[in-house]
Amino acid sequence: MTDPALRRTPLYPAHVAAGARMVPFSGWDMPVQYTGIIEEHRAVRTRAGLFDVSHMGEFDIAGPGALPLIQGLVTNDLARVALNQAMYTPMCTPEGGIIDDLLVYRLGDDHVMLVVNAANTAADLAWIRDHAVGNVRVADRSDDIALLALQGPRAQEILQRLTPAPLGHIHYYWFRDEVPIAGRRALVSRTGYTGEDGFELYVDARDAVHLWDAILAEGRRDGVLPAGLGARDTLRLEAGLLLHGNDMDTTTTPLEVGLGWTVKWAKGEFVGAPVLRRQKSEGVTRRLVGFTLQDRAIARHGHPIREDGARIGRVTSGSYGPTVENSIGLGFVPLEYAEPGRRLEVEIRGRGVPAVVTKLPFYKRQAAGGA
Amino acid sequence: MTGGVVYPKDLRYSKEHEWAKVEGRRVRVGITPFAADRLSDVVYVELPKNGADVTFMQPFGVVESVKAVSDLYSPVSGKVVEVNEALHDRPESINTDPYGAWMIVVEPRDLGELKQLMDADAYLALIGEQRS
Repeated sequence: MTDPALRRTPLYPAHVAAGARMVPFSGWDMPVQYTGIIEEHRAVRTRAGLFDVSHMGEFDIAGPGALPLIQGLVTNDLARVALNQAMYTPMCTPEGGIIDDLLVYRLGDDHVMLVVNAANTAADLAWIRDHAVGNVRVADRSDDIALLALQGPRAQEILQRLTPAPLGHIHYYWFRDEVPIAGRRALVSRTGYTGEDGFELYVDARDAVHLWDAILAEGRRDGVLPAGLGARDTLRLEAGLLLHGNDMDTTTTPLEVGLGWTVKWAKGEFVGAPVLRRQKSEGVTRRLVGFTLQDRAIARHGHPIREDGARIGRVTSGSYGPTVENSIGLGFVPLEYAEPGRRLEVEIRGRGVPAVVTKLPFYKRQAAGGA
Repeated sequence: MTGGVVYPKDLRYSKEHEWAKVEGRRVRVGITPFAADRLSDVVYVELPKNGADVTFMQPFGVVESVKAVSDLYSPVSGKVVEVNEALHDRPESINTDPYGAWMIVVEPRDLGELKQLMDADAYLALIGEQRS
């Protein structure tokens, strides 16, 4: 079962000790589940779950040229991002295709951290370095930094017991660096990929096991569970969050996948802007939509979407949504089929399963945590 | 994950992880605790209609977990005479009670086919190998 070519996060021994089921993911040996995907999913929705997402890549970009470099590569507007604030953004090809979606952390006037998808780390790094001109240093910190995500309605309560820093002051998509937690230090940001309130902790790789154990021990009485990539996927799908490589890639643009809000037209030129501007004025011809199946068969990546038996699109993600208690998914359809309420079929094992286009997200939490 | 899990001696087991239980002239079919654990979080089953023909070690249905889809293989050829319709509403019972959550009952054409399946000891040896 063990593939020597797979990379391991610093938390690998903790996962094995916890009885996690390990699977290959983007070249990493990652925990897909500990106790069960649905149980872990419910823990995050009702209490808290702790994820190891150390496979994500981190780049440290510093120098007078740092902000201009990133501002010229991403679609969102870094000029609007304050010190200690984070921003979600696609990074596009000249054709407007999405190379990756990433977080930009504003660490200083001339200093940002980028957090990128594991599968794209090498390509992103090469792309950014290819575009670096002038006085800027681009350092790959992925091996030095571990990333823990504590997500769920109890996340703040649990984490607060481990730090004197007032976590309530960290609002949604803001962060603090050098926060003391359980005798170590972390960059703590109020971000996540689950649709719940929660935090992501960027920590020294050597501190990862200590902090993992400390959070799980502290959260035991709150019912915190370690949660794997399986639950991460069902949680993000219910929350209508996209997965690069599945729901978007270099052949799809931000406007087609519902990320138009991340494209800031007035910010000045950036890679892909002319094509995206043209697509904006002409209008897109296809859209990524959410859909709900009318029975519990599961739509999977690549399944055809049909109308009256004719193929009109394809599924990009699909799963059972444990909280919405339906079989749900995302897929591309021509614009004229994208209206919520529109009836379609997803072809599963040759059978057309009725589906209805559903407004995203499938799940939205009630009480607003964070901002 | 065989610790504490029982593989009854009176069942026969297929290499695709179905169990077969002879009940007079009929055979009840389900999937093993090993398979249920491997799948985890079963959310959907597709079963044949009553009266359908099934063939030895050919797919007769499908079980879907959150992660993956798997074919179900019939451990014997014959005619389906009972289908566990309750599984459509409670597919998770395949995880919690894999022997209770039977899928079909078959009236076999040739009970001798069951001789090609494994007994509990041979099956335990098989899943022991696959776990390593």
